[in-house]
Amino acid sequence: MPSSFPPGDPAPPDGSLPASALQGMPQRPFSVYLHVPFCRVRCGYCDFNTYTLPELDDDGAPQGYLASAHAEIELAARVLRPADPPPVSTVFVGGGTPTLLPATDLGSLVAAVRERWGLAPDAEVTTEANPDTITPAVAEQLAGAGFTRVSVGMQSSVPHVLRTLDRTHDPAGVAGAVQALRDAGLQVSLDLIYGTPGESLADWRASLDAAVALGPDHVSAYALVVEPGTRLHGQVRRGEVPAPEDDDEADKYELAEEVLGDAGYRWYEISNWARSPEHRCRHNLAYWQGADWWGVGPGAHSHVGGVRWWNVKHPRAYADRLGQGLSPAHAREVLGPEERHDERVLLGVRLGDGLPVEDLRPDGRRAVAGLVADGLLEGRAAVRAHAVLTLRGRLLADTVVHRLLV
Amino acid sequence: MPQPASTPPGVIRNFCIIAHIDHGKSTLADRMLQVTGVVGERQMRAQYLDRMDIERERGITIKSQAVRMPWAVDTTYILNMIDTPGHVDFTYEVSRSLAACEGAVLLVDAAQGIEAQTLANLYLAMENDLTIIPVLNKIDLPSAQPQKYAEEIAGLIGCDPADVLRVSGKTGEGVPELLDRIVAEIPPPVGDADAPARAMIFDSVYDTYRGVITYVRVVDGSLSPRERIAMMSTKATHELLEIGAISPEPAPTQGLGVGEVGYLITGVKDVRQSKVGDTVTGERRQAAQPLGGYHDPRPMVFSGLYPIDGSDYPILRDALDKLKLNDAALIYEPETSGALGFGFRVGFLGMLHLEIVRERLEREFNLDLISTLPNVSYDVRLDDGSELEVTNPSEFPAGKIASITEPVVRGTILAPSEFIGAIMELCQSRRGTLLGMDYLSPERVELRYTLPLAEIVFDFFDALKSRTRGYASLDYEPSGDQEADLVKVDILLQGDTVDAFSAIVHRDKAYAYGVQMAGKLKELIPRQQFEVPVQAAIGSRVIARETIRAIRKDVLAKCYGGDISRKRKLLEKQKEGKKRMKMVGSVEVPQEAFIAALSQDGSGAEIAKSKK
Repeated sequence: MPSSFPPGDPAPPDGSLPASALQGMPQRPFSVYLHVPFCRVRCGYCDFNTYTLPELDDDGAPQGYLASAHAEIELAARVLRPADPPPVSTVFVGGGTPTLLPATDLGSLVAAVRERWGLAPDAEVTTEANPDTITPAVAEQLAGAGFTRVSVGMQSSVPHVLRTLDRTHDPAGVAGAVQALRDAGLQVSLDLIYGTPGESLADWRASLDAAVALGPDHVSAYALVVEPGTRLHGQVRRGEVPAPEDDDEADKYELAEEVLGDAGYRWYEISNWARSPEHRCRHNLAYWQGADWWGVGPGAHSHVGGVRWWNVKHPRAYADRLGQGLSPAHAREVLGPEERHDERVLLGVRLGDGLPVEDLRPDGRRAVAGLVADGLLEGRAAVRAHAVLTLRGRLLADTVVHRLLV
Repeated sequence: MPQPASTPPGVIRNFCIIAHIDHGKSTLADRMLQVTGVVGERQMRAQYLDRMDIERERGITIKSQAVRMPWAVDTTYILNMIDTPGHVDFTYEVSRSLAACEGAVLLVDAAQGIEAQTLANLYLAMENDLTIIPVLNKIDLPSAQPQKYAEEIAGLIGCDPADVLRVSGKTGEGVPELLDRIVAEIPPPVGDADAPARAMIFDSVYDTYRGVITYVRVVDGSLSPRERIAMMSTKATHELLEIGAISPEPAPTQGLGVGEVGYLITGVKDVRQSKVGDTVTGERRQAAQPLGGYHDPRPMVFSGLYPIDGSDYPILRDALDKLKLNDAALIYEPETSGALGFGFRVGFLGMLHLEIVRERLEREFNLDLISTLPNVSYDVRLDDGSELEVTNPSEFPAGKIASITEPVVRGTILAPSEFIGAIMELCQSRRGTLLGMDYLSPERVELRYTLPLAEIVFDFFDALKSRTRGYASLDYEPSGDQEADLVKVDILLQGDTVDAFSAIVHRDKAYAYGVQMAGKLKELIPRQQFEVPVQAAIGSRVIARETIRAIRKDVLAKCYGGDISRKRKLLEKQKEGKKRMKMVGSVEVPQEAFIAALSQDGSGAEIAKSKK
């Protein structure tokens, strides 16, 4: 989640939602996101809403957070009760570093979700984890707490790249973590970052090879974005490290597609590859397909029926609001039909399954042929009335979106 | 006290002040208004006579005015101070102001010495046989070197250094003595009171409430209220709605007699009906001969002005129509550019005039404008003997050119002598020919050059300033035409000519222009989905080439729950940005790229703004 919020409208203090948003909720998939805003160290590239314990100057912060998160789940249950939400189909615990909390604490949050709304029988329950927080015991505890999937922050296998990213884990430890998770019966996803200053194409290939060798079910690969306000941003601005370069990142994306493709992984979203359709991250697909989700935790974003809102960022402000029985929402926006259309196109076209052409406005439909001619959309998919990005189109997805939204 | 219309010419003294910008003319004028009692302490405000905001901010006087001040010596004299514009672009207006006077105060900053523009105007005054009263101003400054600069001035006008008056406009020291000198030394006006009226227009200003206010100096006869007057150049006649003098605010009088200076209001709405230099006479008793020296203002520099937002075109048209009412030198016609859309080709007296017009359009009419590279007017003779005038690169004929002539100017540069080498090098590179060089003092030198005007409109002044650490001053005046080996360089994007970037340049400089422009555009134009060649060409011959490589990646790789709102808002912003794109063939060029590529690093207006 980005460090700066979009501008929005005031959110009601009781967290209530317009009737229009609640309507039809039983028929839509429903997910829960849980944000754990703590890290042992703050990485130089990261602009997520996370805090180290010394920053918070409060050793009891994690316990306070847990209480507040439980309080927000209660508030969500109250707000959604009239809408009769369906059992939760996916839960995702992100951060921060969720596994800084004991697995039992994470399990208590999952239990609260299950208690309030129920979990669908095949529910996907994921947590993010730093490799060095995963031991066989932790893996067992996570599985026991109901988790089905762990997304491991591997980022790179190359020590100098990890150093530039301020990642503290030993790359050799990733294999052990993956093995432990696998032994516990959990699905494993590996997160990689490319385009780190100083990373050569060979470095990136080494990371991809190392990831593939561990045989994960799923790989996410993100281009490094130098976000304003991060330490890395300052270093780039001062010329201490070179800025990421678009052409270099394009080369690395193409290499990722090549290495992962050769190893049997298929892209299903621009930055995500899965070993099979069953191993796609259904929680992230929920975001991209416009499902309902409640985001619990400081700075967490939510979406229900065309209303997006986001919570206050600081853990203390978050706790204060909930302590007073108020919604922690900082602001919200109620999307109009135009905005919902733009979002559907913006998110849908990034998916491997593509966007049904009938979802486009007439001008957008007319743009499809030109995009096929320019090699940005797949011709065969277009014949089936689906807008699916080519490899070139994936790299130029913003251009494609602009042309589809004329 | 002698009243207007009944003031004997013998007690009238008409004078102007010749000074460089910043040498304190307006402050000295303020003190004169106070010392003569025309403005009381309480009404006084700084630079009383400068009316327009731009004048006050830049410290320059664009429009001249005339103030009538009494000054008692043995009897009460009437001093008419005629303000002169201080810049090179307005040489003609300066010449008319000088023609309305019998004397001139040469005002020089005692800490800086004489500057090129002052020198040029001084020569003009001396040619007009004006009595010169040399004055050093700002003697209160710690850095003043009155002795040194008195000697410099004495050398220039052939007087004794002791005759150079020393004043301080700031403290008022020496101002009464200066007024005494004006009475004693400047001859009274001479004219035939019984002849048909002849009055010279030395300024003409449009006022929203009163229409055009015309400033005149009566030479012969007299003008009285409610008579009909005739303009001798156009034969047009007007009723005289008001006649008056300024002291320091305009006030109606019983008329104006021989040698007097004042204003006329006829109700006309356009300064073109009341042109500077024209002769006013009575309708019923018309003079046979106009006063000499009149000519129409001739634009020297041309530039295309385009609204950044195309829908502002009607506002630009109305704005130019309004400015024209007050600016007889402003000419324009509609023009269409493939790259910039609808705009106007505008002719200016010079670079400062261009800058002032542009600034007034942006400030007073809230317009955002792009101006194309300024160029001069060329006379092109074709092989078949036909001739055409080219004021826009797009009119430049393709092939079959027998000869091209371009306007040249006579430039005067004053600078500390240590910079002679640097200045000569610059002028050489700008196709200048040295006419002569004189030492004003052991440390200061005057260089005279013939230069193509086209070379001066293109960042010459900035180059001069940077090579002389800001110490050089420049003045120039038109001095005819010369034949030159000129070519048009086109800039092509993806094979399509971008008309806004075409330029007429000397053949020896075509390559440098092409390389520079292609390089600039490569940096300014965002990468497109395809490779875009940027070429500079003379006719069909490519002389420089750069390539904008195709964009490969535009996507932010991450887009999860919390990124969606931000991403959509970014998209909306980008959509707005798209509206500001211009299509050149299939290449999208942002407005900003045009603005940046067309902006010179500085401009002629720096001449007025510069301070040493």
